[in-house]
Amino acid sequence: MLEVRGVHTFYGQIEALKGIDVTVNEGEIVTLIGSNGAGKTTLLMTICGSPRAAKGTITFEGRDITRMPTHHLVGTGIAQSPEGRRIFPRMTVYENLQMGALRTDPKYFKQDLDMVYSLFPRLQERQEQRGGTLSGGEQQMLAIGRALMSRPRLLLLDEPSLGLAPMVVRQIFDVIKEINRRDKMTVFLVEQNAFHALKLAHRAYVMVNGVITLQGSGQELLANPEIRAAYLEGGSH
Amino acid sequence: MTVQVKDTSAATAPNVLFPALKEAFIASLLIVALGLPLLGLKADNQGPDLVLTKRWDLLGIAVAVMFVGRFVLAFLRGQKAARQGGLPQEKKKSGDNSIARLLNQNAKVLGLLGLLCAILMPFVIPDANARYVIFISTTFMIYIMLGWGLNIVVGLAGLLDLGYVAFYAVGAYSYALIATHFGWSFWICLPLAGLFAAFFGVVLGFPVLRLRGDYLAIVTLGFGEIIRVILINWGPVTGGPNGIGGIPAISFFGIEFSRGEGGFASDFGLEYSSMHKIIFLYFVILGMAVLTNLFTQRMRKLPAGRAWEALREDEIACRSLGINPTNIKLSAFALGAMFGGFAGSFFSVRAGFISPESFTFIESAVILAIVVLGGMGSQMGVVMAAALIVLLPETFRQFAEYRMLAFGVAMVLIMVWRPRGLLAFREPTIRLHPKDHQASVKEAA
Ligand SMILES: Nc1ncnc2c1ncn2[C@@H]1O[C@H](COP(=O)(O)OP(=O)(O)O)[C@@H](O)[C@H]1O
Ligand SMILES: [Mg+2]
Repeated sequence: MLEVRGVHTFYGQIEALKGIDVTVNEGEIVTLIGSNGAGKTTLLMTICGSPRAAKGTITFEGRDITRMPTHHLVGTGIAQSPEGRRIFPRMTVYENLQMGALRTDPKYFKQDLDMVYSLFPRLQERQEQRGGTLSGGEQQMLAIGRALMSRPRLLLLDEPSLGLAPMVVRQIFDVIKEINRRDKMTVFLVEQNAFHALKLAHRAYVMVNGVITLQGSGQELLANPEIRAAYLEGGSH
Repeated sequence: MTVQVKDTSAATAPNVLFPALKEAFIASLLIVALGLPLLGLKADNQGPDLVLTKRWDLLGIAVAVMFVGRFVLAFLRGQKAARQGGLPQEKKKSGDNSIARLLNQNAKVLGLLGLLCAILMPFVIPDANARYVIFISTTFMIYIMLGWGLNIVVGLAGLLDLGYVAFYAVGAYSYALIATHFGWSFWICLPLAGLFAAFFGVVLGFPVLRLRGDYLAIVTLGFGEIIRVILINWGPVTGGPNGIGGIPAISFFGIEFSRGEGGFASDFGLEYSSMHKIIFLYFVILGMAVLTNLFTQRMRKLPAGRAWEALREDEIACRSLGINPTNIKLSAFALGAMFGGFAGSFFSVRAGFISPESFTFIESAVILAIVVLGGMGSQMGVVMAAALIVLLPETFRQFAEYRMLAFGVAMVLIMVWRPRGLLAFREPTIRLHPKDHQASVKEAA
């Protein structure tokens, strides 16, 4: 479904991605783990077209999207919950969700809204509250909900667990699992929280300094001693 | 530490008293420094000589007022902060917001009331004042239009534009040129002038698409000046510093407001009065302002208008949701400029004469002040701020030279009282079923 082939991305002179190959198949949850500064966010943003890949190709459902303007991407069926959530703080929860549905047929709006509210009942309770006054967990729910409002076939999530309490993380990961299982949503999940991500994912990639160093099924990597040493020791359980 | 402060009021008193005294003292020193040349010493011409009068009493009064005022303010604030423990700022804001929220939530009712007053006003004011009052009210309306126009650009889309006067000028000059050269009627010139201004909005918008914040402000400031310099120097077309005169007055859908046969008064069997024209213009601009308002309200609910606000909050998120920032910014510039162009047309047609002098930077500053003072993005706020800025200096007219001083003091006071503008609370574009909502909140609690 999503094919990243030999992608290099630069910030000025600095090469942040050094030839990345990643495949996400339809119906899968694929996770990308790596420590801070590895280039995970850069890869997600490159898929979305800013910054642009200097070399390599990115295709989605057979269509080359390497040079596609970022704002056209949502029309192809890719939605993103970006790093740092980036919800609209002065708008209400409801308005934020409306913004997510900007490029979809209004006839689906009600149905999609109900779907998001059923996944995150919290959002319904707070639908008139301003985004900026939500808790971190609620903001993350809103970011995912807003992404879902565009009826994507591929959902890109950048560190949804960042800064959240373990219980909230579990709740959000349960929802990711649920939409994958029930709605057959394909998910590409970028995480530092390797333990939860690997448990959830069908397949996983490990990135170090802009290079993919390991890949395999979630279970394999979870059992891998190197991974355990590098990413799992110390309190992620 | 905070516990101790919270505990007893006896413990808080010295804590609050001393800083308040100190603050008052510093403020008084400032007044001495400022007031010495401004108030304390006065130079008078006595024949050929310049005589220095010393007015220590005046300075003393100013210092005393400052000291007491500052002390009371600081003391009360300190007490309030102490009472609320560690979070004085947050609390204060939400408290203040409740007024803004109340005003905003009843904006429709207030707006209709205001509109009703505005409609009735020309019929109830005593004749002696009529000309003056309607003149000022028309000015007021022009500034409301300008404020609403700039509000789209600055308040909603968050693009700090310091050269908004450029579009006001383009509108005024387009109107003047079209009306004087082609002799077309008001109702043709007005939309053309608006379109022209909108076109300029797009043209000037293109180069600044990638700029934001300070850089955008500086470049737009430049645009404002460029337009003015062009107006001064492009003599053959714009009349240079002399401007354009003889702009035809407004007509009643083709019927002139003239004395005698074929004029408005004789056609409608009224006694001729020069007020008819002024009142008609007032009603036209009032109608236009209402349209502008409704249009903007509507826009805020549509994707394009919604995107302005989203863009102001987070451009990256907007892109990922499929919003093309280029189009959205340009549409904000264009629409804002169009409103400015309309306002310019009204300025032209009312005065019958325009010159570059009317379109200096200070105009941009005043319009921006209206938007900021009103609370960025609030339509109601713009009206209130425009009322202050246009009407306040007028009411202080009898104080002659102290007029601008009083105006400045009022501005400072407002910013102290409401640092984020009169109506800083953003009203959601949609109210959901309030009852359901309250029920669900109760359930959750
Ligand atoms: N806008 C930017 N300009 C320059 N360098 C950047 C920028 N964003 C990220 N980088 C650099 O690129 C590398 C990868 O960053 P990032 O993709 O954010 O990592 P991760 O998401 O894995 O924590 C880091 O070394 C970071 O410093
Ligand atoms: Mg990151």
